[in-house]
Amino acid sequence: MDTRFQPGDTVRVRVDSPPHHFRTPVYIQGKVGRVAAIHGEFRNPETLAYGGDGLPRQPLYLVHFAQSDVWGQYDAATRDTLFIDIYEPWLEPVEH
Amino acid sequence: MHDHEHDHAHEAAHAPIVERDALTYYERRVQAIQALLIEKGVVTADEVRRTIEAMDARSPAMGAKIVARVWVDPDFRARLLADTKAAVAEMGVDTGSLIKIAAVENTESLHNVVVCTLCSCYPRALLGLPPDWYKSLNYRSRVVKDPRGVLEEFGLDLDSDVEVRVYDSTADMRYLVIPARPAGTEGMSEEQLAELVTRDSMIGVTKARKPNR
Repeated sequence: MDTRFQPGDTVRVRVDSPPHHFRTPVYIQGKVGRVAAIHGEFRNPETLAYGGDGLPRQPLYLVHFAQSDVWGQYDAATRDTLFIDIYEPWLEPVEH
Repeated sequence: MHDHEHDHAHEAAHAPIVERDALTYYERRVQAIQALLIEKGVVTADEVRRTIEAMDARSPAMGAKIVARVWVDPDFRARLLADTKAAVAEMGVDTGSLIKIAAVENTESLHNVVVCTLCSCYPRALLGLPPDWYKSLNYRSRVVKDPRGVLEEFGLDLDSDVEVRVYDSTADMRYLVIPARPAGTEGMSEEQLAELVTRDSMIGVTKARKPNR
């Protein structure tokens, strides 16, 4: 399986509101996190939703974020995290 | 003729059962599609009924059995964490071909809780139908932003040094929380342990029950 990102990579969630079905919540768009795992490849829900075949399959990543990076008011003293499943087209590389 | 006195007493006992007059758009659409599929011989009414019956028959008991096995069998635990789908298949649970399942373990220093902010994705094969609150906008919008506050409302107060990890299952993965084995359960049988594993503890809004001893 060819994937653009590997576990440990820093990524930013793309900001977009396409006029069709998509499964990347708005609250996580624009946030920077890290790839925790690669779940595998799945049919793309963005075309499946309209009777398409969902091909080509898209890599699905488990991406984790520090809660204090996601929400401005979150208590930064905690180690709390958010893990969320995101398809590859929604992720952008972040240069260090 | 109607007995006037009787009608009054009866109304006081319970509100009359009234059929909702208008179906919603989606209810009408589903009924139309179902009627067409039956008419064209794609499915039968009995198949639809049997599928609903099978879905309703699933319950958190299956998940509880799996958690109890994890607690008593370290090899099973390792297999489950490595490949949840294959490990639950060992216990006779078919999770279907499309959905993948991952198990996440709660410990003294890590507490996992699951939500689907976009809809109500839920590991139905292992836990049955989700509770109404899991599908509520309130839970879905708040647990991701203020998990500690929401868990407190469920009666779970976590120390600040415990990492609270929210899983937002937005896609093809379903998450099963493996609650930590409660103290004082040494020597209990797998069946007894399974009784301590509640639905809510496998969603992650609470811990497994303590033994009554």
